[in-house]
Amino acid sequence: MQTDLIQEARRQAEVCNACRYCEGYCSVFPALHAKRAFSDGDITQLANLCHNCRGCYYACQYTAPHEFALNLPQALADVRVDSWESHAWPGGLGKIFQRNGVPIALAALIGFALLFMIARAFGEEGGERYYSVVSHGLLVAIFAPAFLFPLFAIGVGLRDYWKTVGGEKVRLAHVTQAFGAAANMKNLKGGHGDGCNFEDEDRFSHARRAAHQLTMYGFLLCFAATCSGTILHYVFDIQGPHGLFSLPKLFGLPGGVLLAFGTAWMASLKLKSDPELAAQNAWSGEMAFILLLFFIAMSGLALFVAGSSAVMPTILALHLGAVLAFFLLTPYTKMAHGFYRLAALVRDAQSGR
Amino acid sequence: MQTDPDIVVIGGGNAALCAAMTAAEAGARVLILETAPKPYRGGNSRHTRNFRCMHSGPHGPLVESYSEEEYFADLLKVTAGKTDEHLARLAIRTSEECLPWMIEHGVRFQPSLSGTLSLARTNAFFMGGGKSLVNAYYRTAAKLGVEVLYEAAVTHLELEGDKITRVDFTYEGQKKSLSPKAVVVASGGFQADTDWLTRAWGEPAKNFLIRGTPYNRGIVLADLLDQGVESVGDPTQCHAVAIDGRAPKFDGGIVTRLDCVPFSIVVNKDAQRFYDEGEDTWPKRYAIWGRLVAGQPDQVGYVIIDSKSLNLFMTSVFPPLKADTLEDLADMMGLPPDKLRATVDEFNAACGDDSNFHPTELDNVATTGITPAKTNWARPINEPPYYGYSLRTGVTFTYLGLKVDDHAQCSTASGPIQNLWAAGETMAGSILGQGYLAGFGMTIGTVFGRMAGREAANYAN
Ligand SMILES: Cc1cc2nc3c(=O)[nH]c(=O)nc-3n(C[C@H](O)[C@H](O)[C@H](O)COP(=O)(O)OP(=O)(O)OC[C@H]3O[C@@H](n4cnc5c(N)ncnc54)[C@H](O)[C@@H]3O)c2cc1C
Ligand code: SF4
Ligand code: SF4
Repeated sequence: MQTDLIQEARRQAEVCNACRYCEGYCSVFPALHAKRAFSDGDITQLANLCHNCRGCYYACQYTAPHEFALNLPQALADVRVDSWESHAWPGGLGKIFQRNGVPIALAALIGFALLFMIARAFGEEGGERYYSVVSHGLLVAIFAPAFLFPLFAIGVGLRDYWKTVGGEKVRLAHVTQAFGAAANMKNLKGGHGDGCNFEDEDRFSHARRAAHQLTMYGFLLCFAATCSGTILHYVFDIQGPHGLFSLPKLFGLPGGVLLAFGTAWMASLKLKSDPELAAQNAWSGEMAFILLLFFIAMSGLALFVAGSSAVMPTILALHLGAVLAFFLLTPYTKMAHGFYRLAALVRDAQSGR
Repeated sequence: MQTDPDIVVIGGGNAALCAAMTAAEAGARVLILETAPKPYRGGNSRHTRNFRCMHSGPHGPLVESYSEEEYFADLLKVTAGKTDEHLARLAIRTSEECLPWMIEHGVRFQPSLSGTLSLARTNAFFMGGGKSLVNAYYRTAAKLGVEVLYEAAVTHLELEGDKITRVDFTYEGQKKSLSPKAVVVASGGFQADTDWLTRAWGEPAKNFLIRGTPYNRGIVLADLLDQGVESVGDPTQCHAVAIDGRAPKFDGGIVTRLDCVPFSIVVNKDAQRFYDEGEDTWPKRYAIWGRLVAGQPDQVGYVIIDSKSLNLFMTSVFPPLKADTLEDLADMMGLPPDKLRATVDEFNAACGDDSNFHPTELDNVATTGITPAKTNWARPINEPPYYGYSLRTGVTFTYLGLKVDDHAQCSTASGPIQNLWAAGETMAGSILGQGYLAGFGMTIGTVFGRMAGREAANYAN
């Protein structure tokens, strides 16, 4: 972890601890005010509790040009992104992707290329639709490790995080509390329920929360579509492509639409928001990540529309290539935030405040 | 605005915004002239955290009830009776309806902050503090069509007979004038003008720190007083507290507050104690220490505590100086080491049984045989490391102001000025002769701001 980033966040946390005006905005402040001094682990935990709603920036009487120069959203975002980078396993990968859009785009390109090559080389005759482009066995051979490896890597990272923040043994109650807060994005409402300050300075709005909800639930539905397809395939021996009223489609179609809308909205909000209140030099990495998700959603929907036309194989290769890149990059991109945020919420639930 | 506005509101803090929104809702075209640049808009109001509110039952964030009589009795206590009962009761009674009005105009409240439980019944806390209140009001005012000029410094109001005929101000480096139908003055006190403070207080005032905005320099106040507008209050009266001596000259705000005095001894630069540090609980003594420190040489005090007291009070923005011996601490603080040692030894010898020590209540753990005595929380200073803070006088706001009637209207010796109203700090002296009640500043600003806006709009329409 970068000590100068932690030191700056600590300096600001000490000002807040003497002030406390923002106590009601989010769970960062009650956690902060419960301490008199802040270890590196405390600061890391506070950083992962913050979701950059910016309420505490626009409300702060000490922002620059004041000499106390408070910008808590940015100070915590810097520590947060740094914590994802430094807890990423294997080490170093987080540093490459977390703040940089170009490597993410490159990874997606490599994913496309790989899928095209595979499709060319191994495309099986006789299989139906999807599997006529890429054999199912091959898909599994690529995607199973591409899915399992990141999960394992995230697990290693989280274990490391837990050590850093001094986490205790996790009990079910902590987890339910954390998931409850995450499911309705309680903190994104702002303490007063008017939402956060993001796209229009100090105006409170629910736009970011709504866009994030669409993205999250869209993503989860797409994920459910994949899972249900897999289960249908293995357990019931029903193979894709599936009919409109099959589970994979019932999950996938709305999921794709939500994800596409959510990410597009998110990107437009991000364009309007003040980059000075986000992590330094992380804009392109975050934007590329949102666009990658958008691309996955759109190409997935396109696939549905394309049916078995001549462009279908091309779209499929693009879609699967992007999905492949997305999965593999999960521990090293903004996607990691969901896992760390949940861990932070569980840790916060343990404090019993 | 192509033509002159109906109403010019001078100032951009709570009182000004309340007046502007109310007048705009009554149909007037309103222009706010705020001397500060946008990041510093909102004067002292941006440093506030709560407002004191009467209520007959649970009311928004407030629990139980707080009656007019109890509120007024609290005010009498702190002002030692130096208050205008009629105006004070008017402010108190109106405060109840202000709370829902504030919510309608965008203010959000939160439960009383950790460490301020004693105020949960009487004071409603703004979520995010005063700056978020100010932000919300600017948003609402904009929706109502109120126009705002930042960095617009009013220099003169032309009083002809019983009317203000012209408002002079500078904007973007140029002198400008407007002739609105009515004017509301809400430009605060004069505490940021060190020369004026020095004239009133004498040389010591040069060492005072100003807790809030550097923009409240009393320019409009002086201009009106020069033209014979009636004033009220004593120029030497102000709300002043003891704050961390390392605070910036202006705008240090709440975080420079020090809560450690009751658990300490406080000495002057000659390492002599000068007042009972344990006279009462800190919220009740917070304000008198501003004056006590002002009365010491160089207007500075030094708080000394030992390690057993370090965690008994809320942290402040600057960490204390720390040393393993009193002599080292004295060196770091620029105090004579031998004298500090002698003072502490004498104090420690005067401490008795402290087994009843109780940090949050008057515990009668007192010294015997020294002057000044310490009458509560007197425990010997003997467990290293030792910690020290310096104390200086921090001025919150001044009381000399414009005298208003129960319609917030200003007057001269020959009667009311037809089109001039005042609200907030600039007329608070009409109600506060001396002393201060936490949260009353915002009450005065909200009540009289709304009143001034309503009256000005009535006149202009
Ligand atoms: C640190 C601190 C904490 C406080 N906490 C509380 C609290 O919790 N509760 C409470 O009730 N009170 C509190 N107070 C007191 C409170 O701030 C004031 O009573 C209240 O804000 C006064 O409001 P106002 O609108 O009259 O003045 P201000 O908010 O000070 O506004 C005056 C405005 O006039 C402008 N101005 C000045 N001169 C000119 C000019 N020539 N031309 C144009 N504009 C001009 C200034 O820029 C400013 O915007 C606190 C004060 C401080 C310093
Ligand atoms: S962000 Fe500013 S206003 Fe909020 S608690 Fe911290 S110092 Fe106070
Ligand atoms: S940005 Fe929002 S979530 Fe983060 S600390 Fe500030 S108020 Fe809390």
